[in-house]
Amino acid sequence: MSNNGSVHMSRWLPWHAIAVFAFLYLPIVTLVVYSFNRSGVGGFPPHNLTLDWYRMLFSDYAIWTSVLNSVLVAFSAMAISLAFGIPAALALDRANFPGKALFRRLVLLPLILPGIITGLSLLMLFRQADVKLSLVTIVLGHGTALISVATTEVFAGLQKLDRAQEEASLDLGANYWQTFCRVTIPNLRLSIIGAALLIFTLSMDEIAVSFFLIGRDNTLPLEIWGRLRRGITPEINAISSIIFLFSLAAIVTWYHLRLSAEAKPGIAAELVETAAQGD
Amino acid sequence: MFSRAYRAVITLPPTLWVAVLLLVPYTLLFCYSFWSVSPSQAIVHSWTLDNYREFFRVNVYLQTLFRSMWIAARVTFFSLLLGYPLAYYLSFHAGKRKDLFYQLVIIPLWVSYLVRAYAWKTILGSDGVLNTLLQYVHLTKHPVEFLLYSPFAVVLTLTHIYTPFAFLPIYASLEHIPRNLVEASHDLGGSPFQTFWRVIFPLSIPGVLAGATFAFVLSLGDFLAPLLLGGPSGIMISNIVVSLFGAAYNWPLGAAISLCMLVLVVGLLFLSEKLEKKWSFR
Repeated sequence: MSNNGSVHMSRWLPWHAIAVFAFLYLPIVTLVVYSFNRSGVGGFPPHNLTLDWYRMLFSDYAIWTSVLNSVLVAFSAMAISLAFGIPAALALDRANFPGKALFRRLVLLPLILPGIITGLSLLMLFRQADVKLSLVTIVLGHGTALISVATTEVFAGLQKLDRAQEEASLDLGANYWQTFCRVTIPNLRLSIIGAALLIFTLSMDEIAVSFFLIGRDNTLPLEIWGRLRRGITPEINAISSIIFLFSLAAIVTWYHLRLSAEAKPGIAAELVETAAQGD
Repeated sequence: MFSRAYRAVITLPPTLWVAVLLLVPYTLLFCYSFWSVSPSQAIVHSWTLDNYREFFRVNVYLQTLFRSMWIAARVTFFSLLLGYPLAYYLSFHAGKRKDLFYQLVIIPLWVSYLVRAYAWKTILGSDGVLNTLLQYVHLTKHPVEFLLYSPFAVVLTLTHIYTPFAFLPIYASLEHIPRNLVEASHDLGGSPFQTFWRVIFPLSIPGVLAGATFAFVLSLGDFLAPLLLGGPSGIMISNIVVSLFGAAYNWPLGAAISLCMLVLVVGLLFLSEKLEKKWSFR
Protein backbone atom coordinates (compact mmCIF):
# COMPACT_ATOMS: atom_id res chain seq x y z
CA MET A 1 0.00 0.00 0.00
CA SER A 2 1.25 3.43 -0.86
CA ASN A 3 0.84 5.79 2.01
CA ASN A 4 1.97 8.90 0.20
CA GLY A 5 0.16 11.96 1.36
CA SER A 6 -2.14 10.25 3.85
CA VAL A 7 -0.24 11.88 6.68
CA HIS A 8 -3.26 13.61 8.16
CA MET A 9 -5.37 10.53 8.61
CA SER A 10 -2.58 8.25 9.66
CA ARG A 11 -1.55 10.66 12.39
CA TRP A 12 -4.70 10.37 14.45
CA LEU A 13 -5.71 6.84 13.46
CA PRO A 14 -3.18 5.06 15.73
CA TRP A 15 -4.33 7.22 18.65
CA HIS A 16 -7.92 6.35 17.92
CA ALA A 17 -6.94 2.67 17.82
CA ILE A 18 -5.18 2.96 21.17
CA ALA A 19 -8.24 4.65 22.65
CA VAL A 20 -10.56 1.92 21.37
CA PHE A 21 -8.33 -0.83 22.74
CA ALA A 22 -8.18 0.97 26.08
CA PHE A 23 -11.96 1.12 26.10
CA LEU A 24 -12.27 -2.57 25.19
CA TYR A 25 -9.76 -3.74 27.79
CA LEU A 26 -10.47 -1.36 30.67
CA PRO A 27 -13.26 -3.50 32.20
CA ILE A 28 -11.31 -6.71 31.75
CA VAL A 29 -8.20 -5.30 33.41
CA THR A 30 -10.28 -3.80 36.21
CA LEU A 31 -11.97 -7.12 36.75
CA VAL A 32 -8.71 -9.01 37.12
CA VAL A 33 -6.96 -6.35 39.25
CA TYR A 34 -9.82 -6.05 41.73
CA SER A 35 -10.04 -9.81 42.15
CA PHE A 36 -6.90 -9.31 44.29
CA ASN A 37 -8.23 -6.28 46.17
CA ARG A 38 -8.91 -6.94 49.84
CA SER A 39 -11.27 -4.03 50.36
CA GLY A 40 -13.83 -4.90 47.69
CA VAL A 41 -14.70 -4.28 44.07
CA GLY A 42 -14.38 -0.49 43.98
CA GLY A 43 -12.02 2.05 45.46
CA PHE A 44 -9.01 3.62 43.79
CA PRO A 45 -6.19 2.86 44.07
CA PRO A 46 -6.46 -0.87 44.76
CA HIS A 47 -4.44 -1.74 47.85
CA ASN A 48 -3.82 -4.64 50.23
CA LEU A 49 -3.49 -7.23 47.53
CA THR A 50 -4.71 -10.62 48.65
CA LEU A 51 -5.60 -14.10 47.43
CA ASP A 52 -8.44 -14.36 49.95
CA TRP A 53 -11.16 -14.04 47.35
CA TYR A 54 -9.68 -16.96 45.44
CA ARG A 55 -9.46 -18.96 48.65
CA MET A 56 -13.06 -18.14 49.41
CA LEU A 57 -14.01 -19.07 45.86
CA PHE A 58 -12.36 -22.47 46.06
CA SER A 59 -14.42 -23.42 49.07
CA ASP A 60 -17.64 -22.02 47.59
CA TYR A 61 -19.72 -25.09 46.94
CA ALA A 62 -22.57 -23.33 45.10
CA ILE A 63 -20.26 -21.77 42.52
CA TRP A 64 -18.52 -25.02 41.68
CA THR A 65 -21.82 -26.87 41.40
CA SER A 66 -22.97 -24.25 38.92
CA VAL A 67 -19.67 -24.51 37.01
CA LEU A 68 -20.18 -28.25 36.79
CA ASN A 69 -23.76 -27.73 35.62
CA SER A 70 -22.60 -25.27 32.97
CA VAL A 71 -19.91 -27.63 31.70
CA LEU A 72 -22.43 -30.47 31.50
CA VAL A 73 -24.92 -28.25 29.69
CA ALA A 74 -22.25 -26.96 27.30
CA PHE A 75 -21.06 -30.46 26.37
CA SER A 76 -24.59 -31.75 25.86
CA ALA A 77 -25.59 -28.68 23.86
CA MET A 78 -22.46 -29.14 21.76
CA ALA A 79 -23.45 -32.75 21.03
CA ILE A 80 -26.97 -31.77 20.00
CA SER A 81 -25.90 -28.81 17.88
CA LEU A 82 -23.29 -30.83 16.03
CA ALA A 83 -25.53 -33.88 15.64
CA PHE A 84 -28.16 -31.77 13.88
CA GLY A 85 -26.03 -28.90 12.58
CA ILE A 86 -23.67 -31.02 10.49
CA PRO A 87 -26.49 -32.81 8.61
CA ALA A 88 -28.30 -29.49 8.31
CA ALA A 89 -25.27 -27.96 6.59
CA LEU A 90 -24.97 -31.00 4.32
CA ALA A 91 -28.67 -30.77 3.51
CA LEU A 92 -28.43 -27.06 2.68
CA ASP A 93 -25.39 -27.77 0.52
CA ARG A 94 -26.54 -30.79 -1.43
CA ALA A 95 -30.23 -31.59 -1.10
CA ASN A 96 -33.34 -29.90 -2.41
CA PHE A 97 -36.41 -30.29 -0.29
CA PRO A 98 -39.66 -28.41 0.16
CA GLY A 99 -39.29 -25.61 2.68
CA LYS A 100 -35.52 -25.37 2.25
CA ALA A 101 -35.53 -21.56 2.23
CA LEU A 102 -37.72 -21.48 5.34
CA PHE A 103 -35.50 -24.05 7.03
CA ARG A 104 -32.37 -22.02 6.32
CA ARG A 105 -33.87 -18.90 7.83
CA LEU A 106 -35.39 -20.72 10.76
CA VAL A 107 -32.06 -22.32 11.71
CA LEU A 108 -30.34 -18.92 11.71
CA LEU A 109 -33.12 -17.12 13.56
CA PRO A 110 -31.85 -17.79 17.13
CA LEU A 111 -28.54 -16.24 16.13
CA ILE A 112 -30.04 -12.95 15.05
CA LEU A 113 -33.14 -12.62 17.21
CA PRO A 114 -32.78 -11.26 20.73
CA GLY A 115 -32.15 -14.30 22.94
CA ILE A 116 -35.14 -13.45 25.07
CA ILE A 117 -37.56 -14.18 22.19
CA THR A 118 -36.11 -17.64 21.62
CA GLY A 119 -36.06 -18.25 25.37
CA LEU A 120 -39.66 -17.42 26.02
CA SER A 121 -40.88 -19.20 22.87
CA LEU A 122 -39.24 -22.37 24.16
CA LEU A 123 -40.70 -21.73 27.60
CA MET A 124 -44.16 -21.71 25.99
CA LEU A 125 -43.41 -25.00 24.23
CA PHE A 126 -42.31 -26.70 27.45
CA ARG A 127 -45.26 -25.26 29.33
CA GLN A 128 -47.65 -26.50 26.62
CA ALA A 129 -46.04 -29.93 26.56
CA ASP A 130 -46.00 -30.09 30.37
CA VAL A 131 -42.23 -30.52 30.53
CA LYS A 132 -40.73 -29.64 33.89
CA LEU A 133 -37.99 -27.00 33.69
CA SER A 134 -34.52 -28.32 34.56
CA LEU A 135 -31.02 -28.49 33.16
CA VAL A 136 -32.47 -30.73 30.44
CA THR A 137 -34.67 -27.92 29.11
CA ILE A 138 -31.64 -25.62 29.13
CA VAL A 139 -29.67 -28.22 27.16
CA LEU A 140 -32.51 -28.46 24.63
CA GLY A 141 -32.63 -24.68 24.39
CA HIS A 142 -28.89 -24.18 23.95
CA GLY A 143 -28.56 -27.19 21.66
CA THR A 144 -31.33 -25.91 19.40
CA ALA A 145 -30.30 -22.26 19.36
CA LEU A 146 -26.67 -23.14 18.63
CA ILE A 147 -27.46 -25.43 15.68
CA SER A 148 -27.13 -22.14 13.82
CA VAL A 149 -23.45 -21.94 14.75
CA ALA A 150 -22.68 -25.52 13.73
CA THR A 151 -24.58 -25.09 10.48
CA THR A 152 -22.90 -21.82 9.44
CA GLU A 153 -19.42 -23.08 10.30
CA VAL A 154 -19.80 -26.45 8.58
CA PHE A 155 -21.58 -24.91 5.60
CA ALA A 156 -18.65 -22.53 5.15
CA GLY A 157 -16.30 -25.53 5.33
CA LEU A 158 -18.35 -27.40 2.73
CA GLN A 159 -18.00 -24.50 0.30
CA LYS A 160 -14.25 -25.07 0.31
CA LEU A 161 -14.52 -28.84 0.09
CA ASP A 162 -13.50 -30.47 -3.16
CA ARG A 163 -16.46 -32.64 -4.05
CA ALA A 164 -14.38 -34.73 -6.46
CA GLN A 165 -12.85 -36.48 -3.46
CA GLU A 166 -16.22 -37.73 -2.30
CA GLU A 167 -17.09 -38.71 -5.84
CA ALA A 168 -13.84 -40.66 -6.15
CA SER A 169 -14.56 -42.44 -2.88
CA LEU A 170 -18.02 -43.45 -4.07
CA ASP A 171 -16.70 -44.53 -7.47
CA LEU A 172 -14.10 -46.71 -5.78
CA GLY A 173 -16.86 -48.67 -4.10
CA ALA A 174 -17.14 -47.06 -0.69
CA ASN A 175 -20.71 -46.63 0.52
CA TYR A 176 -22.15 -43.31 1.68
CA TRP A 177 -21.47 -43.97 5.34
CA GLN A 178 -17.81 -44.85 4.69
CA THR A 179 -17.41 -41.82 2.44
CA PHE A 180 -18.97 -39.63 5.10
CA CYS A 181 -16.72 -40.94 7.86
CA ARG A 182 -13.48 -41.16 5.91
CA VAL A 183 -13.69 -38.32 3.40
CA THR A 184 -16.34 -35.74 4.29
CA ILE A 185 -15.80 -35.50 8.05
CA PRO A 186 -11.96 -35.45 7.98
CA ASN A 187 -12.13 -32.66 5.41
CA LEU A 188 -14.48 -30.68 7.63
CA ARG A 189 -12.36 -31.33 10.71
CA LEU A 190 -11.34 -27.72 11.28
CA SER A 191 -14.83 -26.34 10.79
CA ILE A 192 -16.23 -28.88 13.21
CA ILE A 193 -13.62 -28.26 15.90
CA GLY A 194 -14.12 -24.53 15.47
CA ALA A 195 -17.87 -24.85 15.74
CA ALA A 196 -17.57 -27.11 18.79
CA LEU A 197 -15.31 -24.62 20.54
CA LEU A 198 -17.56 -21.72 19.73
CA ILE A 199 -20.70 -23.58 20.81
CA PHE A 200 -19.06 -24.57 24.07
CA THR A 201 -18.03 -20.99 24.85
CA LEU A 202 -21.37 -19.49 23.83
CA SER A 203 -23.27 -22.04 25.90
CA MET A 204 -21.06 -21.45 28.95
CA ASP A 205 -21.86 -17.74 28.68
CA GLU A 206 -25.50 -17.97 27.59
CA ILE A 207 -28.01 -16.25 29.82
CA ALA A 208 -31.06 -14.96 27.89
CA VAL A 209 -32.40 -18.40 26.94
CA SER A 210 -31.34 -20.02 30.23
CA PHE A 211 -33.06 -17.22 32.11
CA PHE A 212 -36.46 -18.55 31.01
CA LEU A 213 -35.70 -22.27 31.04
CA ILE A 214 -34.01 -22.53 34.41
CA GLY A 215 -35.27 -25.10 36.90
CA ARG A 216 -33.81 -25.60 40.35
CA ASP A 217 -30.18 -26.01 39.30
CA ASN A 218 -28.24 -22.92 38.29
CA THR A 219 -25.76 -22.58 35.48
CA LEU A 220 -22.72 -20.41 36.21
CA PRO A 221 -24.00 -17.21 34.55
CA LEU A 222 -27.31 -17.52 36.40
CA GLU A 223 -25.50 -18.18 39.67
CA ILE A 224 -23.42 -15.05 39.10
CA TRP A 225 -26.54 -13.16 38.10
CA GLY A 226 -28.25 -14.17 41.34
CA ARG A 227 -25.27 -12.98 43.36
CA LEU A 228 -25.05 -9.68 41.51
CA ARG A 229 -28.53 -8.88 42.66
CA ARG A 230 -27.69 -9.64 46.28
CA GLY A 231 -24.57 -7.49 46.41
CA ILE A 232 -21.17 -7.87 44.88
CA THR A 233 -17.84 -9.18 46.18
CA PRO A 234 -14.51 -9.72 44.40
CA GLU A 235 -15.30 -13.42 44.50
CA ILE A 236 -17.19 -12.78 41.26
CA ASN A 237 -14.10 -11.05 39.88
CA ALA A 238 -12.08 -14.11 40.86
CA ILE A 239 -14.29 -16.68 39.12
CA SER A 240 -14.56 -14.40 36.06
CA SER A 241 -10.78 -14.01 35.89
CA ILE A 242 -10.30 -17.76 36.04
CA ILE A 243 -12.83 -18.30 33.28
CA PHE A 244 -11.24 -15.55 31.19
CA LEU A 245 -7.91 -17.33 31.56
CA PHE A 246 -9.50 -20.57 30.35
CA SER A 247 -11.13 -18.95 27.31
CA LEU A 248 -7.88 -17.20 26.48
CA ALA A 249 -6.11 -20.56 26.55
CA ALA A 250 -8.84 -21.98 24.31
CA ILE A 251 -8.51 -19.15 21.79
CA VAL A 252 -4.74 -19.41 21.67
CA THR A 253 -4.93 -23.18 21.21
CA TRP A 254 -7.49 -22.79 18.48
CA TYR A 255 -5.51 -20.04 16.81
CA HIS A 256 -2.38 -22.18 16.64
CA LEU A 257 -4.35 -25.15 15.42
CA ARG A 258 -5.83 -23.06 12.67
CA LEU A 259 -2.58 -21.31 11.86
CA SER A 260 -0.81 -24.62 11.38
CA ALA A 261 -3.53 -25.72 8.96
CA GLU A 262 -4.22 -22.54 7.03
CA ALA A 263 -3.90 -18.83 7.64
CA LYS A 264 -7.45 -17.72 8.28
CA PRO A 265 -9.19 -15.19 10.48
CA GLY A 266 -10.83 -16.18 13.75
CA ILE A 267 -13.98 -18.22 13.73
CA ALA A 268 -16.05 -15.74 15.66
CA ALA A 269 -15.32 -13.29 12.88
CA GLU A 270 -16.22 -15.75 10.21
CA LEU A 271 -19.46 -16.50 11.97
CA VAL A 272 -20.42 -12.86 12.11
CA GLU A 273 -19.53 -12.51 8.45
CA THR A 274 -21.57 -15.50 7.33
CA ALA A 275 -24.50 -14.45 9.48
CA ALA A 276 -24.27 -10.98 7.98
CA GLN A 277 -24.54 -12.44 4.52
CA GLY A 278 -27.62 -14.37 5.56
CA ASP A 279 -26.59 -17.80 4.41
CA MET B 1 -24.27 -37.92 -7.22
CA PHE B 2 -26.07 -38.34 -3.90
CA SER B 3 -28.84 -40.91 -3.65
CA ARG B 4 -32.32 -40.18 -2.36
CA ALA B 5 -31.69 -42.17 0.78
CA TYR B 6 -28.54 -40.17 1.55
CA ARG B 7 -30.39 -36.92 1.07
CA ALA B 8 -33.27 -38.11 3.26
CA VAL B 9 -30.85 -39.09 6.02
CA ILE B 10 -29.16 -35.69 6.07
CA THR B 11 -32.40 -33.74 5.67
CA LEU B 12 -34.99 -35.38 7.90
CA PRO B 13 -33.41 -35.29 11.38
CA PRO B 14 -32.43 -31.60 11.35
CA THR B 15 -35.68 -30.44 9.74
CA LEU B 16 -37.78 -32.41 12.21
CA TRP B 17 -35.77 -31.16 15.19
CA VAL B 18 -35.93 -27.57 14.01
CA ALA B 19 -39.65 -27.90 13.29
CA VAL B 20 -40.42 -29.12 16.80
CA LEU B 21 -38.02 -26.93 18.75
CA LEU B 22 -38.02 -23.73 16.69
CA LEU B 23 -41.00 -23.57 14.35
CA VAL B 24 -43.52 -24.75 16.96
CA PRO B 25 -42.22 -22.40 19.70
CA TYR B 26 -42.20 -19.35 17.42
CA THR B 27 -45.70 -20.29 16.24
CA LEU B 28 -46.80 -20.63 19.86
CA LEU B 29 -45.45 -17.15 20.52
CA PHE B 30 -47.62 -15.94 17.67
CA CYS B 31 -50.70 -17.76 19.04
CA TYR B 32 -50.15 -16.61 22.62
CA SER B 33 -50.08 -13.01 21.46
CA PHE B 34 -53.75 -13.38 20.42
CA TRP B 35 -54.85 -15.15 23.61
CA SER B 36 -55.60 -13.62 26.99
CA VAL B 37 -55.41 -14.29 30.73
CA SER B 38 -58.49 -14.78 32.86
CA PRO B 39 -58.74 -13.09 36.29
CA SER B 40 -57.84 -16.44 37.82
CA GLN B 41 -54.63 -16.29 35.79
CA ALA B 42 -55.47 -19.10 33.40
CA ILE B 43 -54.71 -18.73 29.69
CA VAL B 44 -57.90 -18.18 27.67
CA HIS B 45 -57.52 -19.76 24.25
CA SER B 46 -59.88 -17.52 22.33
CA TRP B 47 -58.59 -15.12 19.69
CA THR B 48 -58.47 -11.42 20.46
CA LEU B 49 -56.53 -8.34 19.39
CA ASP B 50 -56.66 -6.87 22.91
CA ASN B 51 -52.95 -7.40 23.63
CA TYR B 52 -51.92 -5.42 20.59
CA ARG B 53 -54.48 -2.74 21.41
CA GLU B 54 -53.08 -2.48 24.89
CA PHE B 55 -49.52 -2.31 23.60
CA PHE B 56 -50.34 0.61 21.33
CA ARG B 57 -52.67 2.31 23.81
CA VAL B 58 -50.69 2.24 27.06
CA ASN B 59 -48.07 4.94 26.91
CA VAL B 60 -45.41 3.23 28.95
CA TYR B 61 -45.03 0.36 26.47
CA LEU B 62 -44.53 2.51 23.40
CA GLN B 63 -42.37 4.97 25.32
CA THR B 64 -40.13 2.13 26.47
CA LEU B 65 -39.94 0.76 22.95
CA PHE B 66 -38.91 4.17 21.63
CA ARG B 67 -36.40 4.59 24.44
CA SER B 68 -34.92 1.18 23.58
CA MET B 69 -34.67 2.20 19.94
CA TRP B 70 -33.03 5.47 20.93
CA ILE B 71 -30.55 3.64 23.16
CA ALA B 72 -29.89 1.12 20.37
CA ALA B 73 -29.42 3.97 17.88
CA ARG B 74 -26.83 5.63 20.11
CA VAL B 75 -25.05 2.32 20.66
CA THR B 76 -24.99 1.81 16.88
CA PHE B 77 -23.62 5.30 16.31
CA PHE B 78 -20.83 4.97 18.87
CA SER B 79 -19.95 1.42 17.80
CA LEU B 80 -19.50 2.64 14.24
CA LEU B 81 -17.57 5.68 15.45
CA LEU B 82 -15.18 3.40 17.32
CA GLY B 83 -15.27 0.47 14.92
CA TYR B 84 -14.92 2.09 11.51
CA PRO B 85 -11.70 4.08 11.99
CA LEU B 86 -10.21 1.11 13.81
CA ALA B 87 -11.10 -1.23 10.95
CA TYR B 88 -9.74 1.29 8.45
CA TYR B 89 -6.52 1.67 10.40
CA LEU B 90 -6.03 -2.09 10.66
CA SER B 91 -6.83 -2.73 7.04
CA PHE B 92 -4.78 0.06 5.47
CA HIS B 93 -2.18 1.35 7.91
CA ALA B 94 -1.35 -1.23 10.57
CA GLY B 95 1.21 -3.12 8.50
CA LYS B 96 2.76 -6.12 10.23
CA ARG B 97 0.81 -5.64 13.43
CA LYS B 98 -2.48 -6.18 11.63
CA ASP B 99 -3.01 -9.78 12.76
CA LEU B 100 -2.12 -9.07 16.35
CA PHE B 101 -4.48 -6.08 16.49
CA TYR B 102 -7.19 -8.12 14.86
CA GLN B 103 -6.90 -10.79 17.57
CA LEU B 104 -6.96 -8.06 20.19
CA VAL B 105 -10.36 -6.93 18.93
CA ILE B 106 -11.68 -10.50 19.00
CA ILE B 107 -10.50 -11.49 22.49
CA PRO B 108 -13.00 -9.38 24.47
CA LEU B 109 -15.77 -11.20 22.58
CA TRP B 110 -14.79 -14.33 24.47
CA VAL B 111 -15.15 -12.73 27.86
CA SER B 112 -18.57 -13.36 29.30
CA TYR B 113 -21.05 -10.68 28.40
CA LEU B 114 -22.50 -10.68 31.91
CA VAL B 115 -19.06 -10.34 33.41
CA ARG B 116 -18.19 -7.35 31.26
CA ALA B 117 -21.46 -5.62 32.14
CA TYR B 118 -20.69 -6.36 35.79
CA ALA B 119 -17.18 -4.94 35.39
CA TRP B 120 -18.65 -1.66 34.13
CA LYS B 121 -20.88 -1.62 37.16
CA THR B 122 -17.86 -1.81 39.45
CA ILE B 123 -16.23 0.99 37.46
CA LEU B 124 -19.19 3.38 37.28
CA GLY B 125 -20.74 2.99 40.76
CA SER B 126 -20.80 5.87 43.24
CA ASP B 127 -18.01 4.18 45.23
CA GLY B 128 -16.71 2.51 42.08
CA VAL B 129 -13.31 2.69 40.46
CA LEU B 130 -13.93 5.78 38.35
CA ASN B 131 -15.50 7.88 41.09
CA THR B 132 -12.85 7.02 43.65
CA LEU B 133 -10.19 7.74 41.02
CA LEU B 134 -11.72 11.17 40.35
CA GLN B 135 -11.72 11.90 44.07
CA TYR B 136 -8.21 10.52 44.47
CA VAL B 137 -6.84 12.99 41.92
CA HIS B 138 -9.08 15.71 43.42
CA LEU B 139 -11.13 16.30 40.30
CA THR B 140 -14.36 16.03 42.27
CA LYS B 141 -15.19 16.10 45.97
CA HIS B 142 -18.35 14.05 45.77
CA PRO B 143 -19.09 10.99 43.66
CA VAL B 144 -20.57 11.74 40.24
CA GLU B 145 -23.95 10.06 40.49
CA PHE B 146 -25.20 10.02 36.92
CA LEU B 147 -22.56 7.50 35.85
CA LEU B 148 -24.42 4.44 37.07
CA TYR B 149 -28.15 3.67 36.90
CA SER B 150 -28.77 5.81 33.86
CA PRO B 151 -29.28 5.34 30.13
CA PHE B 152 -25.69 6.64 29.83
CA ALA B 153 -24.38 3.54 31.63
CA VAL B 154 -26.45 1.27 29.40
CA VAL B 155 -25.24 2.97 26.21
CA LEU B 156 -21.62 2.85 27.39
CA THR B 157 -21.77 -0.83 28.32
CA LEU B 158 -23.61 -1.90 25.19
CA THR B 159 -21.20 0.12 23.03
CA HIS B 160 -18.35 -1.71 24.74
CA ILE B 161 -20.00 -5.05 24.02
CA TYR B 162 -21.08 -4.44 20.43
CA THR B 163 -18.13 -2.46 19.04
CA PRO B 164 -16.34 -5.69 17.99
CA PHE B 165 -19.57 -6.80 16.27
CA ALA B 166 -19.67 -3.55 14.30
CA PHE B 167 -15.95 -3.76 13.60
CA LEU B 168 -15.90 -7.27 12.10
CA PRO B 169 -18.10 -6.85 9.01
CA ILE B 170 -16.58 -3.42 8.32
CA TYR B 171 -13.10 -4.86 8.50
CA ALA B 172 -14.11 -7.74 6.23
CA SER B 173 -15.54 -5.35 3.63
CA LEU B 174 -12.42 -3.15 3.76
CA GLU B 175 -10.22 -6.21 3.32
CA HIS B 176 -12.18 -7.18 0.22
CA ILE B 177 -11.50 -3.88 -1.52
CA PRO B 178 -9.05 -4.54 -4.38
CA ARG B 179 -5.91 -2.59 -3.52
CA ASN B 180 -5.29 -1.65 -7.13
CA LEU B 181 -8.45 0.48 -7.06
CA VAL B 182 -6.92 2.53 -4.27
CA GLU B 183 -3.62 2.78 -6.12
CA ALA B 184 -5.40 3.80 -9.31
CA SER B 185 -7.09 6.60 -7.41
CA HIS B 186 -3.72 7.78 -6.06
CA ASP B 187 -2.09 7.53 -9.47
CA LEU B 188 -4.85 9.56 -11.07
CA GLY B 189 -4.10 12.35 -8.63
CA GLY B 190 -6.80 11.73 -6.03
CA SER B 191 -5.89 13.08 -2.61
CA PRO B 192 -6.08 10.65 0.31
CA PHE B 193 -9.28 12.42 1.34
CA GLN B 194 -10.84 11.98 -2.10
CA THR B 195 -9.63 8.40 -2.32
CA PHE B 196 -11.25 7.62 0.99
CA TRP B 197 -14.60 9.27 0.32
CA ARG B 198 -14.96 8.31 -3.32
CA VAL B 199 -13.36 4.87 -3.47
CA ILE B 200 -12.92 3.25 -0.09
CA PHE B 201 -15.98 4.43 1.80
CA PRO B 202 -18.59 3.59 -0.87
CA LEU B 203 -17.11 0.10 -1.19
CA SER B 204 -17.29 -0.44 2.56
CA ILE B 205 -20.97 0.48 2.88
CA PRO B 206 -22.21 -3.15 2.89
CA GLY B 207 -19.93 -3.80 5.87
CA VAL B 208 -21.12 -0.67 7.63
CA LEU B 209 -24.74 -1.71 7.09
CA ALA B 210 -24.09 -5.21 8.44
CA GLY B 211 -22.20 -3.85 11.44
CA ALA B 212 -24.86 -1.26 12.17
CA THR B 213 -27.61 -3.86 11.94
CA PHE B 214 -25.81 -6.13 14.37
CA ALA B 215 -25.21 -3.39 16.89
CA PHE B 216 -28.76 -2.08 16.65
CA VAL B 217 -30.59 -5.41 16.74
CA LEU B 218 -28.48 -6.94 19.49
CA SER B 219 -28.68 -3.92 21.76
CA LEU B 220 -32.40 -3.38 21.10
CA GLY B 221 -33.29 -6.74 22.63
CA ASP B 222 -30.93 -6.51 25.58
CA PHE B 223 -32.32 -6.89 29.07
CA LEU B 224 -29.35 -7.59 31.33
CA ALA B 225 -27.43 -4.32 30.93
CA PRO B 226 -30.55 -2.24 31.76
CA LEU B 227 -31.28 -4.40 34.81
CA LEU B 228 -27.70 -4.20 36.06
CA LEU B 229 -26.81 -0.64 35.13
CA GLY B 230 -29.88 1.13 33.84
CA GLY B 231 -31.87 2.06 36.90
CA PRO B 232 -35.50 3.16 36.47
CA SER B 233 -34.69 5.57 33.63
CA GLY B 234 -32.76 2.95 31.67
CA ILE B 235 -35.46 0.29 31.46
CA MET B 236 -35.75 -1.26 27.99
CA ILE B 237 -38.52 -3.10 26.19
CA SER B 238 -37.14 -6.57 26.99
CA ASN B 239 -37.30 -5.74 30.70
CA ILE B 240 -41.04 -5.20 30.32
CA VAL B 241 -41.37 -8.54 28.56
CA VAL B 242 -39.38 -10.25 31.32
CA SER B 243 -41.61 -8.77 34.00
CA LEU B 244 -44.75 -9.77 32.06
CA PHE B 245 -43.46 -13.33 31.98
CA GLY B 246 -42.53 -13.17 35.66
CA ALA B 247 -44.17 -11.22 38.42
CA ALA B 248 -46.80 -9.44 36.31
CA TYR B 249 -47.86 -12.78 34.84
CA ASN B 250 -49.39 -11.74 31.56
CA TRP B 251 -47.84 -14.07 28.99
CA PRO B 252 -50.17 -13.08 26.13
CA LEU B 253 -49.27 -9.39 26.42
CA GLY B 254 -45.59 -10.32 26.76
CA ALA B 255 -45.92 -12.46 23.65
CA ALA B 256 -47.56 -9.60 21.72
CA ILE B 257 -44.75 -7.20 22.65
CA SER B 258 -42.14 -9.83 21.74
CA LEU B 259 -43.82 -10.36 18.41
CA CYS B 260 -43.73 -6.63 17.68
CA MET B 261 -40.02 -6.73 18.53
CA LEU B 262 -39.55 -9.74 16.27
CA VAL B 263 -41.29 -8.00 13.37
CA LEU B 264 -39.14 -4.92 13.91
CA VAL B 265 -35.93 -6.94 14.01
CA VAL B 266 -36.75 -9.14 11.02
CA GLY B 267 -37.86 -6.05 9.07
CA LEU B 268 -34.57 -4.33 9.81
CA LEU B 269 -32.56 -7.38 8.80
CA PHE B 270 -34.52 -7.65 5.59
CA LEU B 271 -34.01 -3.96 4.84
CA SER B 272 -30.30 -4.07 5.55
CA GLU B 273 -29.92 -7.18 3.40
CA LYS B 274 -31.64 -5.40 0.49
CA LEU B 275 -29.50 -2.29 0.95
CA GLU B 276 -26.33 -4.35 1.19
CA LYS B 277 -27.16 -6.05 -2.10
CA LYS B 278 -27.75 -2.67 -3.68
CA TRP B 279 -24.40 -1.35 -2.49
CA SER B 280 -22.25 -4.40 -3.07
CA PHE B 281 -20.10 -4.22 -6.17
CA ARG B 282 -19.67 -7.92 -6.79
